[in-house]
Amino acid sequence: MSENQSLVKLRKVSKVFLRGSVDEVTALDNVRLDIGAEDFITVIGSNGAGKTTLLNVIAGVYPPEKGGKITINGQDVTRLSEHKRARYVSRVYQNPHIGTAAKMTIEENLSLAMLRGQSRGLRIATNKKRRELFRSVLVPLGLGLEDRLSALVGTLSGGQRQALALVMATISKPSLLLLDEHVATLDPQTNQIVLELSEIIVQKEKMTTIMVTHNMEHALRYGNRLAMMHKGKIIVDIHQKKKSDLSVNDLVVAFERASGERFADDSIMLRNVDS
Amino acid sequence: MDYVINFLAVSLYEGIAYGFVTLGVYITFRVLAFPDLTVDGSFPLGGAVAATLIVGGVNPWWATLAAFIAGICAGLMTSLLNTKLRINALLAGILMMVSLYSINLAIMGRSNVSVLREATVFKQTAQLFGIEPTTTLSVIFMVVLAIVILGIMNWFLRTEFGLALRATGDNEQMVRGLGVSTDITTIIGVSLSNGFVALAGGLIAQKQGFSDVGMGIGMIVMGLASVIIGERLFRPRGVTTILFAVIGGSFVYRLFLGIALRLGLPPNNLKLITALLVIIALAIPYIQKKVRGEWIPPAARM
Repeated sequence: MSENQSLVKLRKVSKVFLRGSVDEVTALDNVRLDIGAEDFITVIGSNGAGKTTLLNVIAGVYPPEKGGKITINGQDVTRLSEHKRARYVSRVYQNPHIGTAAKMTIEENLSLAMLRGQSRGLRIATNKKRRELFRSVLVPLGLGLEDRLSALVGTLSGGQRQALALVMATISKPSLLLLDEHVATLDPQTNQIVLELSEIIVQKEKMTTIMVTHNMEHALRYGNRLAMMHKGKIIVDIHQKKKSDLSVNDLVVAFERASGERFADDSIMLRNVDS
Repeated sequence: MDYVINFLAVSLYEGIAYGFVTLGVYITFRVLAFPDLTVDGSFPLGGAVAATLIVGGVNPWWATLAAFIAGICAGLMTSLLNTKLRINALLAGILMMVSLYSINLAIMGRSNVSVLREATVFKQTAQLFGIEPTTTLSVIFMVVLAIVILGIMNWFLRTEFGLALRATGDNEQMVRGLGVSTDITTIIGVSLSNGFVALAGGLIAQKQGFSDVGMGIGMIVMGLASVIIGERLFRPRGVTTILFAVIGGSFVYRLFLGIALRLGLPPNNLKLITALLVIIALAIPYIQKKVRGEWIPPAARM
């Protein structure tokens, strides 16, 4: 893949928190990353490896350190604020409460999401035509939400809210979807449903996706590319062909070789045993 | 009987006029989750602007509109202090409230301005229909105004922008993530809120015949009391019912107040009684849970 085809480009992207204090943390260390339009990257790494910081700088929650550069669709977005970047980038958080508004109805939430990155005018937000669209995107979830458009989102379960958050993140078809451990707080069964839904939507809409996960099985099963982070760097980046042959054990070996540390000390291992 | 009807009528038009204060408090405290204390300053600001302009010979309708716009400007300042200078919302409101005390004195040139002998929107409406400015007329005037304003708000809160405004108080992070500047929604919400509060100030000044620099003291508590009464009494769900509950709460509050005064409550104790009412209303759910032995979340700071 040539660089010109990349949807997202990161160059010399670093992020340091609490600079100059004894608690100084280098969350991202000179990261270079090219994400192609067709990529579905899974990102793994231990706590503090910089996974969420990576998503935050891509989403524009905060800018990278000086000298870093981020482009999306060829446009330099390095200094663009989060809400201005939302047109291209959407995100599903670990906590379903962050992706949905509890005191508003399902259809109001979807109306809000439908206009991602667009100017919001003085037209009535929900109408018959839009309700039909909302039903059509909710039916595939198989949760019956299409019949509860006027229910308050606060009355839904965590899994239902996360499924709704996923639909809200994708309904306007943004170019880049960020999944930030989005199934980590769900029970194993719901977890599976939401993951499969994510894959179906990503494939159908052909969205470029970055999925952060603590679960190595998930990292291997989904997507066409796998990145492993450690101490703010991407230490392993495996593309499609190699990835399909990979096992959890190979990942452990790859980690040890790339980081020069023993894997067993790491919290990734513990997470993997759980699942 | 006439006495009761008159009492109800007075409570109704006062309830609606102060209901615009309640509407403003509802927009900031409930819709935006922005605890705005500008209200105690923007209410007398509306009175000061309307009364001063009327005394200066301006048409009372224009003077009332000017009061509304002055309130919007006050809210604009508070929200700019918060969004552009990152001053805490509570503090931004308090700073504006204090500033407005001096500003209101400067506008009026003294601590109160009488409009008893001047033209008011009520007198002009009476003239228009060739009748006396009676209580009945005031009631009709206020009901029509309430229908117009609630109608506009009912539409506004359902528009694409209105939805973003409501979501700002519900989940600010989500709203930003969907590409909406929460600075803009906060600025518009807080400005509009203070516009309604100042409009109420302008109307009350014309109704009572004077504007006084101290007429705003305790407005925020009164607004909160009315919002809480409206919510508890009418249990609203959905935008339309909430808007009616807001005005309804203000009307019921006026009824309580009127009854208390007629039963011999010294008017000097009114603010204390209002504050006690809010404390009781806020404490009831907590006490109920405590009695039932339910789990209680830790004290909130807002």
